Amino acid sequence: MLLAWIIILLFLGGVVAGFAEKISTSAPRWVTLVVLIFAGALTWLLLCAPPVESAVVGGQDSWLAVLQLEWFPRFGISFLLAADGISVVLIALTVFLGFVALFSAWDEIKTRCGFFYFNFLWTLAGVVGIFAALDLFLFFVFWEVMLIPMFLIIVIWGHEDRYYAALKFFIYTQASSLLLLLSMLALVFVNWQQTGSLSFSWFDLLGTKTEGTMGMLMMLGFFVAFLVKLPGFPVHNWLPDAHTQAPTPGSVILAGILLKTGAYGLLRFIIPLFPEAAFAFTPYALILAVVSVLYAAKMAFAQNDMKRLIAYSSISHMGFVTLGIFSWNALALQGTLLQMVAHGLSSAGLFAMAGAIQHRLHTRALDQMGGMWSQAPRMAAVGLFFAVAALGLPGLGNFVGEFLVLLGSFQVHPIAAVFAALGMVAAPVYALYLLQRSFFGTHSEKFASHNELLVDFNARELCMMGMLVVGLLVMGFFPRLITVFSNDALLNLQALGWGA
Amino acid sequence: MSIEELIALVPLLIVASISVILMLIVSFVRHHRLVSVLTIAGFVAAGVMVYQTFGAPAVQITPLIILDDYSRFFIVLSCFASVPAVLLAYDYLRRSEDLKEEYYMLLSLAVLGAVVLAASNHFASFFIGIELLSVSLFAMVGYLVHGDHKRLSTLEASIKYMILSGVSSAFLLFGVALLYLNFGVLAFDGIYAKVEAGAISGYGFMGIAMLLIGIGFKLSWVPFHMWTPDVYEGAPVPVTAFLATISKVIVFAIGLRFLVQSGALGFSSVVIVLGIIGVLSMLAGNVLALLQSNLKRLLAYSSIAHLGYLVVALVAAGAASEAHRALAMEAVGYYLVAYVVTTWVAFGALSALSQPEQGVEAETLSDYRGLFWTRPWLAAIFSIALLSLAGIPLTAGFIAKFYVFASGVSQMLWCMLAAIILGSAIGLYYYLKIIMEMCKSSEGNEGLHQVQIPFENKIILLVMAGLVLYLGVYPEPLVQSLSAAVAVLL
Repeated sequence: MLLAWIIILLFLGGVVAGFAEKISTSAPRWVTLVVLIFAGALTWLLLCAPPVESAVVGGQDSWLAVLQLEWFPRFGISFLLAADGISVVLIALTVFLGFVALFSAWDEIKTRCGFFYFNFLWTLAGVVGIFAALDLFLFFVFWEVMLIPMFLIIVIWGHEDRYYAALKFFIYTQASSLLLLLSMLALVFVNWQQTGSLSFSWFDLLGTKTEGTMGMLMMLGFFVAFLVKLPGFPVHNWLPDAHTQAPTPGSVILAGILLKTGAYGLLRFIIPLFPEAAFAFTPYALILAVVSVLYAAKMAFAQNDMKRLIAYSSISHMGFVTLGIFSWNALALQGTLLQMVAHGLSSAGLFAMAGAIQHRLHTRALDQMGGMWSQAPRMAAVGLFFAVAALGLPGLGNFVGEFLVLLGSFQVHPIAAVFAALGMVAAPVYALYLLQRSFFGTHSEKFASHNELLVDFNARELCMMGMLVVGLLVMGFFPRLITVFSNDALLNLQALGWGA
Repeated sequence: MSIEELIALVPLLIVASISVILMLIVSFVRHHRLVSVLTIAGFVAAGVMVYQTFGAPAVQITPLIILDDYSRFFIVLSCFASVPAVLLAYDYLRRSEDLKEEYYMLLSLAVLGAVVLAASNHFASFFIGIELLSVSLFAMVGYLVHGDHKRLSTLEASIKYMILSGVSSAFLLFGVALLYLNFGVLAFDGIYAKVEAGAISGYGFMGIAMLLIGIGFKLSWVPFHMWTPDVYEGAPVPVTAFLATISKVIVFAIGLRFLVQSGALGFSSVVIVLGIIGVLSMLAGNVLALLQSNLKRLLAYSSIAHLGYLVVALVAAGAASEAHRALAMEAVGYYLVAYVVTTWVAFGALSALSQPEQGVEAETLSDYRGLFWTRPWLAAIFSIALLSLAGIPLTAGFIAKFYVFASGVSQMLWCMLAAIILGSAIGLYYYLKIIMEMCKSSEGNEGLHQVQIPFENKIILLVMAGLVLYLGVYPEPLVQSLSAAVAVLL
């Protein structure tokens, strides 16, 4: 029930925040803050929950919460929410980054605040729903429902090219998700033929035999939908536009949380549901992963727009996630989850930073920046921190994730791991280049005339960045704090694949 | 005719008598409100009576009319879905200077045609129904052609619809004649018996082809779709909405009944022809809709695409397995209901901002710029309709599309499914374009958006938008009655 409460709270909170604008323009953000605090408390309860025993989960012992209600029996569709360690960690990440995004929106969103926070909370609710839904139909509903508020956030509060970017974002995801729907239905019908009963429950579908061409095609349908969201080469094209044009809180949510839904989908659905097909597809998936890592890193280096640079770096980092998932051993899977969380934190930090700079200088162009360290040392220090986090400095979360992924994948796919490791060489190039061009060096001409604009971080921004900094440090030094939750769940999940 | 048959026939008689009673009333006193209330009362009474008998055994009244659960379902749908047509027309006519009362006679005749069509399993009643429906529609399309603010496009639309409808009726009739030449019967199940016995010849196939052409005109399948955008644009909003909902839905329903009951779907040639028509409709409808800036034209092309999606379920209804056949027919039913409800919301929103007293309809895209900020509720409801047309979850349109997908997957119609995906992706673009337009700044549109939305219009918007969401969130009750309805065709 706890899971349902988190989702309901976020949905209702969104409605309340929407109406709160009638009281004052600052009311919606306070409502949002209160809602997020309650959601955080509920998530904490979820983290502490003991494993449940339920017939629904079919003997797996790693589930912390399960709720099943009848919904659409004609198709065997039920309202099935369940969370294991993986889901819980990702839900916690969602709520945590919710706070960060809220703080980044605090001053930036000045118009139509009520509607903004409505969309904001509905996006979060949709994402929590994705991480919690174990009925494929319900998963799909959340998968789509989260798109609309995100679309509106980009369209209404975005930057200069927002219409184009929002459309591209929506059409990419929606078209690929129809493939997902198609494969989902195909899987359900195959299962129907084999067992004689219609069911969309993940637990029921696990036993479906999905060999042969049909299995491969279904797997590809799932894979493409998740790869678009992840995003991975060659369907990453929407992301640089969407990220760049979204307002700062939108970018934070997109990079921090929305991309993780794709990764989560790969992890939860592809290999457990289609072990044979996924195994046969592994070489291609690995190639795509490595190409993502290297190509996106190269593209990041070529950008002049700060947000585009960070967006490409996200694609590069998410390549490690694909690599880890298709390696499918205990180390790589642990690394994958850690990488997801760490990338969530570091990319949220970088986007919040880019947003803060744009808020002050009204530009994202790197060639118009430079020499900001002297005027805004706090900002620059935080920027340095996130840049080195992104490039994988030991002691910070990203290092742990990428290292474990490489370690795990080297055992099974050494060549792919070697090439992906080159990504860790490429990352410092663009990360340091970003720093060099923005914070170091001399002022550019345009920027010199706007000197007074550059105000250093205030307390709210320091608090927001501080949360992320502490999170990354803790992850870097004590990754066990996360793996303790996810270990059992990942082991159980691994047993469903091929490598056990 | 036994007394049971007569009782079963009462709803049809009620609908038939509305127009007669209205004619008598109008010859004594012209009272717009009275006339419209009577019309609604008649539709509701007929709808409720049929609804009450849902689940009762089928009654065949003369060889022409059958009242089984399938026809009951669609009679109820057409009666209730005609109520908003009256409400919308009441408001629209009140504000224009034409003679008002005759419109309701035409409308009730059209609904009678729909009801007869829904209850027919014989080509004679099929043809009578389709003619009643179309002939009344010619007049309805051109009804507002005079008055101070004449719209010549209305006249053009009316004449275009009349000529093309006449042509399509000719095709239908020729098809029926060829089928009679081949089989010597006009009842659908009689044809089935002959088809089973292997009596079909080239004439029979020609007949089916002619019949599909005739139906294709009414449903505006590609390549018989040319009239649709012009008629949608030229007709007054209430008529366009009626044309877009009831007339298409009922023709589709009877088309499904004929194809399933006569066993015509068992022939691969029929399936291939239908498949090509479906794919063409989906793609052409969506691509042409991209180019429109007039919302009525846009909705016209989008309806072409939607009727194309429906063909997938229609083709799947020829499945060998009974469970799959039931699934496909339920898909058709669900899609039709979702389509009717959603289309009413969309046209309700279009008419909300129209000012017929000045001969103005809010039909261009830029009329909706900034609607979210000037009229947030109207914009939200319109968005619900657009999202439902685009097939986004939590709306009826999604469940409908899901159903169509399911039926397509069960028959492995991969090419058609690929066309749906492609078409939907294109479709998203123009639906979202409208939503984006509503999100832009409202500068310059404040005056237009200030109009008072009539009470009747608000009711339609609220009820229908509520239904779109209800059917999208909790589809099970409708599915239950649908599965009962299609069971009679299995």
